[in-house]
Amino acid sequence: MRSMSMMLATMMVAGSVGFPAMAADNPIAERQESMKSVGKAVKAGAAMVKGQVPFEQDAAQKTLDDLHLAMANYGELFPVGTETGGETEASPKIWEDSAGFDEKVTQFQGVIKTAVDSSPADLDAYKIAFGEITGSCKSCHENYRVKKN
Amino acid sequence: MHKAALVIPGLLLIGVASAWFLTVPKTIADAALPAHEADLDNGKTLFAIGGCASCHAAEGSTDDARLNLEGGHRLDTPFGVFVAPNISSDQEHGIGAWRPVDFVNAMQMGTSPEGEHYYPAFPYTSYAKMSQTDVLDLWAYLQTLPASSRANEPHELAFPFTIRRSLGAWKQLYLDDAFVTAGPNEPILERGRYLAEAPGHCGECHSPRDLLGGLDLTQWMAGAPNPAGRGIVPNITKGGIDISQWSEADIVEYLTSGFTPDYDMVGGSMADVVTNTSQLSDEDRVALARYLLALPERANGYSN
Repeated sequence: MRSMSMMLATMMVAGSVGFPAMAADNPIAERQESMKSVGKAVKAGAAMVKGQVPFEQDAAQKTLDDLHLAMANYGELFPVGTETGGETEASPKIWEDSAGFDEKVTQFQGVIKTAVDSSPADLDAYKIAFGEITGSCKSCHENYRVKKN
Repeated sequence: MHKAALVIPGLLLIGVASAWFLTVPKTIADAALPAHEADLDNGKTLFAIGGCASCHAAEGSTDDARLNLEGGHRLDTPFGVFVAPNISSDQEHGIGAWRPVDFVNAMQMGTSPEGEHYYPAFPYTSYAKMSQTDVLDLWAYLQTLPASSRANEPHELAFPFTIRRSLGAWKQLYLDDAFVTAGPNEPILERGRYLAEAPGHCGECHSPRDLLGGLDLTQWMAGAPNPAGRGIVPNITKGGIDISQWSEADIVEYLTSGFTPDYDMVGGSMADVVTNTSQLSDEDRVALARYLLALPERANGYSN
C-alpha cells in the first residue's frame, strides 16, 4: 500500500504542477473568459453603486473576489504565438511593449487586491473601491486592445 | 508658323492655368467675420467635442496635460504619417499670434495664414460645418490655454502627397459646409447632428473613405478599416453588430463612462473620445445618442 500512496502522491504533485500548463492550452479563450468575468463582476457592482439594487456586503465582497479570481493568472495568458487567431482583440502592442502591458496588468491586480483586503462594509466604502478598480480599465484598453468587428 | 502647332501648347497653357485657378487656397476676409463677444463656456464645450486635445496634446496625456497643445502626435494613414502641429497659445511656436480670421480660415477653409492648404488629416471638412461664432468661441478658449515652445515637425509623406497645392482640387471634391444627413425636425436632433457632424467630426473615423481619401457619404457612419493599423472602426448605424442592440440610455452611458451594456470598457482611439464626451452636458450626450439612433441603417463599411 505504501507504493500505492506514493503513486497517488506523485500523481497529485504532477497534476498540480501540470494543471496550470494544461489550463492555459487555449490562452486566447481563457483570457477572453477572464475579461468576460471581469465585466460580469463590474456589472453586478455597478448595480449597487448606481442604487439599482440595495447594497449587501456579501454580494459586494463577491464582486471583488470574482475580479481577483478572474485576473489571477491574466499576465500568463499572452505567450508568444497567440498574437492572432481565436478572434483575439489583443493589440500587437502587448508584445511590442510587454513591459508596459505587464505594468498595467500588475497595477490592475493590485487595485483589486487592495479592494478585496479592505472588505468594504458600506456603500460609500464600496463606491471608493469600485471607482479605483473601474478607473483602471480605460488606460489599458486604450493602448493594448484592437477592435475587430 | 502653322496655326495648328499652337493648339497643343495653347491647350496645355489653359489646362495649367485652370488647374492653378481651381486649386487656389480659399480664404474669407477679416471684414466678413461677424462682430462677436466670445463665450468661453461654449468654447470649452467645443474644445471637448472638437477633440482638439486628442490630436494636439502629447500622446498619452491625461488631465491638465491635455490642455498643453504642444503637438507631436503622429497619425498613421495610407498617405503617410501626419505629425500634429503645436497649436498652443505660444506666439512663436504655436498659434498665439494668429488673428481670429486666421483660425476661421484654418478650421473652415483648410487654409493656413500663409495661404497654403492644410492636409485634411486635420478634419476641416467637418469643422467647416460649424457656425462661425462657435469657431470664434473656440478660438477665444484656446487662447486661455498654456503656451508651449515645442517646435513643429514635418509630416512624413511620399510623393505625390507632398504637393500641397493639389489639395485645392481635393477640396473642390470634398470640402462642403452642408450637413451630411437630412434636416431633422426636433431641436434635440438638430443639436445631435450639429455636434456629431461638425465639431464632433465622428464621421471622419466612422465612415469609409474612397481612393482619394475622401469620405464615402453613402456609407455615413457605417464603419471603416482603422487607418492606423489593425482592426476596424465600428459601424455605429443600426446595421452595426454592437450598436444595433443599444438603447439611447446605453449610448449615453458609453459616452459618459466608456461602459458598454455588458460592462466591457471602451478601448483604442475611442477611449480618448470618451474622455472628451464625458465632459459634455448630459443633454448633449442625449442629443448625440438620438442622432445616432436616427441614422439610416447601413451595412458595414469595411470587410473582415
